[in-house]
Amino acid sequence: MCTYLTENVDVEGSGKGTAGWFALSQATVYFDHPQHAQAEHTLNIDFLNPQDGPAARVAVELTAQSARALAAAIESALAAAPPGLI
Amino acid sequence: MYDAMMAETIRFTGHGGDLIEGYLARPLGPGPSGGVVVIHHMPGYDAETKEITRTFAVHGYLALCPNLYYREAPGASPDDAAAAVRAQGGVPDEQLVGDVGGAAACLRAMPASNGKVGVIGYCSGGRQSFLAAASLPLDAAVDCYGAFVVGTPPEGVPLKVGPIVHLASDLSCPLLGLFGDDDQHPSPEQVAELDKALTEAGKEHEFHSYAGAGHAFFAVNRPAYRPEAAMDGWAKIWDFYGRYLAG
Repeated sequence: MCTYLTENVDVEGSGKGTAGWFALSQATVYFDHPQHAQAEHTLNIDFLNPQDGPAARVAVELTAQSARALAAAIESALAAAPPGLI
Repeated sequence: MYDAMMAETIRFTGHGGDLIEGYLARPLGPGPSGGVVVIHHMPGYDAETKEITRTFAVHGYLALCPNLYYREAPGASPDDAAAAVRAQGGVPDEQLVGDVGGAAACLRAMPASNGKVGVIGYCSGGRQSFLAAASLPLDAAVDCYGAFVVGTPPEGVPLKVGPIVHLASDLSCPLLGLFGDDDQHPSPEQVAELDKALTEAGKEHEFHSYAGAGHAFFAVNRPAYRPEAAMDGWAKIWDFYGRYLAG
């Protein structure tokens, strides 16, 4: 199905796309059809910088299970960072 | 039988007088031929949709697929363009109608045209096919599993879509609907509601829903592909367009 659901998040950081590194300003997160992954639905994240055009994009398509594992790993890594770094 | 055809990217005038890109496939015979506007799915103006467009030409139709994401992402790869447009909230309904109207006018102006133009859309394009048929003078419309013709998107969805079933009485042409029993967007209940609305409005329509098929069963490059449903769906399309667009 086309869920149409899209979470938009302002982000700061960098991503590496086909033309090299670029600054990120936005991420969209949605559970919908993938472009490439062989699953009917995946958790898709587009890291974007709209000011640099549509090709300024780093995309991932993850199964629901691996997306949850990634989210947990991100939280764990942040929680494990030495005090004062964050 | 002479069966040469040609497919190429063209520019034509879309909504608001904007020059936009489209993929045109046409038989090289003299015609007269019916026209088909192909509305791509939400993942974009991609290779598979261009193949669908060529398939209409193989079957004798002048077919034009507008790149609905051209304004926001000219020259971008289809997946990047789809992501950019999604981040901006999708294609506004008014713009869609203008672009399909421009594509239909472009097809009617071709020397080989018989003056008739139909529309077909997949996924989000299914809803847009219904919207176009309710907004423009067309000769036949096909809705392939379009979500949110009936039913409201969940709260907080930033995309510019809403239910349009109230436009049923405005439909300008017969509608063929192809759905999957296992789909939830649209669900079988929503398909039944649309069927009822069209019947009450006295609009000619023909709905088929396939057992064992869900959303996107025509999509040959996705796990959702269901050959049996897709092959029968194509046969239904040739029969329907044969009645309303050919000759």
